[in-house]
Amino acid sequence: MAYSDKVVDHYNNPRNVGTLDKSSTEVGTGLVGAPECGDVMRLQIRVNPETQVIEEAKFKTFGCGSAIASSSLATEWIKGRTVEDALAIKNTDIVKELSLPPVKIHCSVLAEDAIRAAIGDWKKKNGAAEAAAAAASAQ
Amino acid sequence: MGSAAAQEQAPAGVTLPIYMDNQATSPLDLRVLEAMTPYFTSKFGNAASRNHAFGWEAEQAVETAREQVARLIGANAKEIIFTSGATESDNLAIKGVAEMYHERGNHIITQVTEHKAVLDTCKRLEKYGYRVTYLPVKADGLIDLEDLMRAMDEKTILVTIMAANNEIGVLQPIREIGRLCHEKGVLFHTDAVQAAGKVSFNVNEDNVDLASISAHKIYGPKGVGALYVRRRNPRVQISAQIDGGGHERGMRSGTLNVPGIVGLGKACEIAQEEMKEEGRRLEALRDRLKQKLESELDYVHVNGSMERRLPGNLNMSFVYVEGESLLMGINDVAVSSGSACTSATLEPSYVLKALGLGDDVAHSSIRFGLGRFNTRAEVDYVAAKVVDVVKKLRELSPLYEMVKEGIDLTKIEWQAH
Repeated sequence: MAYSDKVVDHYNNPRNVGTLDKSSTEVGTGLVGAPECGDVMRLQIRVNPETQVIEEAKFKTFGCGSAIASSSLATEWIKGRTVEDALAIKNTDIVKELSLPPVKIHCSVLAEDAIRAAIGDWKKKNGAAEAAAAAASAQ
Repeated sequence: MGSAAAQEQAPAGVTLPIYMDNQATSPLDLRVLEAMTPYFTSKFGNAASRNHAFGWEAEQAVETAREQVARLIGANAKEIIFTSGATESDNLAIKGVAEMYHERGNHIITQVTEHKAVLDTCKRLEKYGYRVTYLPVKADGLIDLEDLMRAMDEKTILVTIMAANNEIGVLQPIREIGRLCHEKGVLFHTDAVQAAGKVSFNVNEDNVDLASISAHKIYGPKGVGALYVRRRNPRVQISAQIDGGGHERGMRSGTLNVPGIVGLGKACEIAQEEMKEEGRRLEALRDRLKQKLESELDYVHVNGSMERRLPGNLNMSFVYVEGESLLMGINDVAVSSGSACTSATLEPSYVLKALGLGDDVAHSSIRFGLGRFNTRAEVDYVAAKVVDVVKKLRELSPLYEMVKEGIDLTKIEWQAH
């Protein structure tokens, strides 16, 4: 299979590879996919609690070149965006940017899922944190 | 990873890209090409033309090739039928026996890691009312002879089990299988495509009644193969599957592919002469590759028996790295993967799954197929490259990180998609 130049570039020079402290309340972690399916993405974000801006994004991906490129691109795109803005990213945007062929569309879907899962995790933590804070102040 | 600069740095004696996928196909040996060339040009006759010198010359060449093929497998020349390749040979053997012996029985036994040319042929016969038993394989890729014995019944007419597997290179115990078949009066066909010319294979010693052979796996041309059909003890009869001019004793009509057949014959002759030495050399190269990979990487897994295996085959899983991404990183080396992403169906290799490996291990597999023209320098280059790319991809792999942290991946609730 021929890969687009952008896929090859992300594969050769993946952006934002790494791990954030998943116990931090500022960090949201999304782990999507399954080893049996041949792709697992872990995308993490660190959100500024004041501005809701994603200041840091990291990923690690087990998967084909297109899966690696999709998650690498996703981290690039969400960095600097607010959480709500990041949720606006659609898998079709990734397909277009990376010129993914039809058999690789699921890679872009997984990347979108990873963004949503990471943000969902962050929201859950902070919703819970706010609730705890509210409960503490009520006492 | 595979930067342009790195790809251009080939050590002395290595020309990129490196071909290391010899179980898929093999390059034509120039000695074979030389033997074939005249039969494309000046010696173009139809081997069935009985009334002029052009025909006689072609017929003579075909008969010489028949002898060469027969000699490689210990057969008589009259037992060799030329075909368009092993897929046709498998079809002809299985369908031909099924049709010819349908009054005696309707049961066929095969096993799950056969080539699709055998499995899909058997599936078609099931549609026509035949009963097919697909034997499982053990973790080492070999069938259990007890399973075979239990599967045989009074309706069994044919057992078809490959000599060597194309993906994992394991050598089935065909001699024992053949003996069991003969004790029960059941015919035994073997797809010997990967074995003939690579390891010792003799239709009499191995108790084989029908055997499929292909030229392009043994440094011959594509589009030509043969089927061995035993003529004595027992005399095997098959129904032709292609009707026409009655060529090949009526078993396979169609004008003979004379240059291809000459090439197959020459390839068999060379294989017979060089097999022993070549086998030793390939085994040493294969073991060198394995040793290098195992010494520098953790979580590697050899798929299939190492003891009963083709000399040139190494199938390894680099766990926590997906196969297609590994291929992408070693794109100046031609190998193949059992990963779903490299298959048309998006399913991981059914052969690896049959060994009881998880899909994740199948997704991580690479088949290295060493052949006649591979060198030690190439093996060293490939080993270094694979080690480098696997290490880089593992830095990217969340699974590798989790395992290193002591997390049990089987305990995680993955969302299959």
